[in-house]
Amino acid sequence: MASHGESIIREPLITGKDITYAQITNDVLRPIENKPTKAWWIGFTVASLGALLWVVAVSYTFWFGIGAWGLNKTVGWAWDITGFVWWVGIGHAGTLISAVLLLFRQNWRNSINRSAEAMTIFAVICAATYIVAHMGRPWMAVYSLPLPNQYGSLWVNFNSPLIWDVFAISTYFSVSLVFWYTGLLPDIASIRDRAVGLKRRIYSIFSFGWTGSLKTWQRFETVSLILAGISTPLVLSVHTIVSMDFATSLEPGWHTTIFPPYFVAGAIFSGFAMVQTLLLVARKVLGLENYITMFHIESMNKIIILTGSIVGVAYITEFFIAWYSGVEYEQYAFINRATGPYWWAYWSMMSCNVISPQLFWFRKLRLSIPFSWFLSIVVNIGMWFERFVIIVTSLHRDYIPSSWAMFYPTWVEVSIFIGSIGVFFTLFLLFIRVLPSVAMAEVKLLLKGSSEQAKKKVLAHGHVDPAQAEFYKEAIEKFDSIDMADYAKL
Amino acid sequence: MSNTKFILGLFDDPDNLLDGIHKLQQNSVPIYDVYTPMPIHGIEAKMGIKDSRLGYAAFCFGCTGGTVAFSMLYYMLVWDWPHNIGGKPNFAIPDFVPITFEWTVLFTAFGMVLTFFYATHLFPGRAPRVMDLRATDDRFVIAIDARGNVPHADITKILNEAGAVEVKHNERKYVSYE
Repeated sequence: MASHGESIIREPLITGKDITYAQITNDVLRPIENKPTKAWWIGFTVASLGALLWVVAVSYTFWFGIGAWGLNKTVGWAWDITGFVWWVGIGHAGTLISAVLLLFRQNWRNSINRSAEAMTIFAVICAATYIVAHMGRPWMAVYSLPLPNQYGSLWVNFNSPLIWDVFAISTYFSVSLVFWYTGLLPDIASIRDRAVGLKRRIYSIFSFGWTGSLKTWQRFETVSLILAGISTPLVLSVHTIVSMDFATSLEPGWHTTIFPPYFVAGAIFSGFAMVQTLLLVARKVLGLENYITMFHIESMNKIIILTGSIVGVAYITEFFIAWYSGVEYEQYAFINRATGPYWWAYWSMMSCNVISPQLFWFRKLRLSIPFSWFLSIVVNIGMWFERFVIIVTSLHRDYIPSSWAMFYPTWVEVSIFIGSIGVFFTLFLLFIRVLPSVAMAEVKLLLKGSSEQAKKKVLAHGHVDPAQAEFYKEAIEKFDSIDMADYAKL
Repeated sequence: MSNTKFILGLFDDPDNLLDGIHKLQQNSVPIYDVYTPMPIHGIEAKMGIKDSRLGYAAFCFGCTGGTVAFSMLYYMLVWDWPHNIGGKPNFAIPDFVPITFEWTVLFTAFGMVLTFFYATHLFPGRAPRVMDLRATDDRFVIAIDARGNVPHADITKILNEAGAVEVKHNERKYVSYE
């Protein structure tokens, strides 16, 4: 067994007493095999009302055109692209958890990858709806594809990052979907084999006839590893290309080479914040405290500090380079961001993204669930402001002062944004009802070596360096799902 | 003559399962297949299963995707309708990189996963050929073709000795058809 003999100083990834393989299946499938709770119905009702608002606002946009939005000649991009980049960024954490952490053999990914990947897919759906909505005439969307046509054929301009984006986002979405669904097959088979009647038939169709035979698992593992290997550069490329939408323009404040790494770090930052927002609630509501432990929460908070700090360094570098470049337009763009009419957006961004994540250096705050949740919301807001600042403050004062303008959103744009959050949560809530929100097969792998009970057994046997045992006991004190009384006598 | 078609050894621990495989192999009892709720590392080597060749397939699909994308871009931007965009070169290789990369990834992912589904006979709606319903939950199952492998009592004994929690003598191959 690969998981045998894990060092005692590593913190457990599954807590709880007498956890068996069957127990894991029962715990994970509880929300799927039982009637929805009241909390779910309330959440679902609110989310669907949000989704309805989205339908209304987008229909209004399609009927009256994007003149329904507050855009003007100077500020031609605003809430739409802000929302698009925000959602694409949020999607990045799912792939980071499922692919990058798999390559680095970070086993703690096993219990959070499924819901994070689902989040990726729903976030990219929200992002894609923004692109289609921004086209104004969505039936023209096919013109972004290089299809033969009666104009020559006149092909699309492949030199444009906007076309790269079409390819990057569609590849990202479809590859993430394939990765997610392949991982789901064994778990759908578990639901199928426990269900009866119509439910069994439905899950049987979606399980693709999975049996869990030897060769199937062997190929499955090969496929997962290679998908992880190709998804890692893919996820980096996607936000790089999104940043090039801005960086290849000649707009002061956009035309910078720092954009690709800065956008990628920001994407992971906002994505992990959204994972926290969702999982801290899901953990409680679905009763998954034993699988999504304090270790997971702390690890994600550490990634939030890291990426938040990278983003902070990027902001400061941008400012420095604007001054150092000696280009007055560039200098003005940045001074205007911090002190111009949109100063409040800039400083919201700075305080939400750069200052507030630094609070996670305090262990007590990093381990506080209510605070982590609150901060994840702050980061989500901050990352929205980041995109708003980059887009609107750079555009609103262009090269000709006579065309300087302000941007005011209409109710349509605001509704599309709030509605897209509704769409996202509707999809997520449906997901946790019909599909396992934790990758059971992968969590079962951790039971023998990395669970609290296995480590307790090792401690009870006593062949452990006392210093290491003490270290381990101190490390697990933070877990809210471990009863420390059992460790007093060990 | 008994009607037993398959003998199933059900284990609740992957280590005991490996032990069972070892004991069966020592007694020259051929194993039909093993069904587990999770991947068991090291089992392929023990069962003498060859490495998966999906990696080679993935590489070929990736090369195909990269070539298709690059050729398409070349055809459209350089050969079929070269545009004069500010006098810049039409064959601007750096601009070709992002889409060539994306399609390399796209072809690799879809090609490899579809090959996996094809080779493993996975497709929507396929009747699941399950020998024991708990093999996707908490049981690690060794299946032995009963015909030709006699006496059945000996096989049962080997499995029990290895720590099987239950040994089934099934008269049908797949329970899911019931």
